[in-house]
Amino acid sequence: MNTVRIANGQAFWGDSPAAPVAQVRGGDIDYLTLDYLAEITMSVLRKQYERDPDAGYARDFVDLMSEIMQECLERDIKVVANAGGVNPQGCAQALLDVAASKGISGLRVGVVTGDDIMAQLDDLESEGVPLQNLDTGTPFDEVRDRIASANAYLGAEPIARALADGANVVITGRCTDPGLVLGPLVHEFGWQWDDWNLLAAGTVAGHTIECGAQASGGNFQGGWRTMDDLAHVGYPIVEVSADGTFVVTKHPGTGGAVTTATVTEQLLYELGDPATYLSPEVTADFTALQVQEVGPDRVEVTGARGRPPTDSLKVSMAYSDGFQGAAMITYAWPDAIAKAELADSVLRTRLKDLGLPLRAIRTDLVGYNSVHGRVVPPAGSDQSEVVLRVSIWADDPDTVSRFAAEIAPLVMGPPGFTGLLAGGRMRPSRVMAYWPTLVPKSVVDPQVIVRDGV
Amino acid sequence: MRLIDVAHARSGDKGDSVNIGLIARDRSDYPLLVKEVTAERVAHHFAGVCLGEVKRYELPNLGALNFILTSALGGGGTTSLRVDAQGKAMGEALLFMEIDV
Repeated sequence: MNTVRIANGQAFWGDSPAAPVAQVRGGDIDYLTLDYLAEITMSVLRKQYERDPDAGYARDFVDLMSEIMQECLERDIKVVANAGGVNPQGCAQALLDVAASKGISGLRVGVVTGDDIMAQLDDLESEGVPLQNLDTGTPFDEVRDRIASANAYLGAEPIARALADGANVVITGRCTDPGLVLGPLVHEFGWQWDDWNLLAAGTVAGHTIECGAQASGGNFQGGWRTMDDLAHVGYPIVEVSADGTFVVTKHPGTGGAVTTATVTEQLLYELGDPATYLSPEVTADFTALQVQEVGPDRVEVTGARGRPPTDSLKVSMAYSDGFQGAAMITYAWPDAIAKAELADSVLRTRLKDLGLPLRAIRTDLVGYNSVHGRVVPPAGSDQSEVVLRVSIWADDPDTVSRFAAEIAPLVMGPPGFTGLLAGGRMRPSRVMAYWPTLVPKSVVDPQVIVRDGV
Repeated sequence: MRLIDVAHARSGDKGDSVNIGLIARDRSDYPLLVKEVTAERVAHHFAGVCLGEVKRYELPNLGALNFILTSALGGGGTTSLRVDAQGKAMGEALLFMEIDV
């Protein structure tokens, strides 16, 4: 194979349901990759799994596959998705059930497990693995009894293994986003696990398309006015050569654009030290990348450099961390801002009188300065209207409910209380917080099995 | 002039940190960005928002600078009470900065 065409059809759970279908039907591709797992998604899925042992994965993926499975198998388009959540086996079973019910033959589902280290936490602690917060250094003890999920980021290796074992759909749990792309490349080109520059190139290719249309005109700060037909924005495709060079493109006739500017914005997205992009199989260096237009909606990326990875895997845990709620009320001219400020002051005085135990309270004037704050000062203060938003964070839901009960009475405060913007009385929402940490690679053992349909 | 006249930007979150990629619209303006948009100036621009430190990385190959602002998202991710909890608009806030040409 001269080049491998890998398309991204989903950047996060809740991304466009039409995008992956368009990627399959809009032209030739060899692989479709789909990302469903945000940092705290696993904790939500784990709750679903505890209620129903057949749940705990991205159900949207199964719905999607029931639409495109036949076509993917006929055209030999392989699908790689981290849709497995905390139950990749359940997800695989759901796909096999879809194939059986539709009479589709030839499905071979590769299932990657081993990322879930929830059951290993006690052992890891007793072996002296600190598990402290990677960002803040906070000791693990502070959250140990509230941990709701713990998953190591697996990489490309188990995905490549599943493909080598004949899978045409690969389902993983927690996995790095670029791994969804690097795995197929290693499988197709026979790259070795010490071909550092090639592994880095595949990782950069994965990083380029992992956020969907952000590489092809979506969320494009540098020229959003010039993007045609964003309603039908084309999701990105990388055409990768065996030497690691790749071209970013999209299907003809789709909206958006692939330019050096759209690709460069995405290359920089969520980047830390550009010389040290960590992943399980390689540490990639972005500082010699070259990006150039080689045709309409075709941008070539070259120059990725790699070196051996670290001995650690990143782990993403989620823990329960109290409850939040936010109230929003619109005030209008005259003196919209002054009225909103008075209402805020009345509310805060009453909260103080009640002695509610708040962990945090924040007031924003939406439509005035809530996003940029003092960094981009508002032009004036004689607004036609402004939204007062007061949000709180507390340990228990009752505190949030008591706070909620103080909002409607503000109708007897400054004039022009127009009602609650978000509808009825707010309900406390549970906060699942993110706990990043590291574990030694040696404690994680990714497993691959391939399950055949009929 | 303001940065928005010569550069574009994209920002995103990593925990309580935000990263801002700042890209010269015209490659020949990259040295201007290097000279004017120092980590110190960015820290000053975001005073009161970025409560940690600002680190700058240079990518001359892309005509771009990458900034990491720590303790900038009110706790970050799912715990932040900020309207822009993930710092999606912070790149554009940086483009408001005045520079000397």
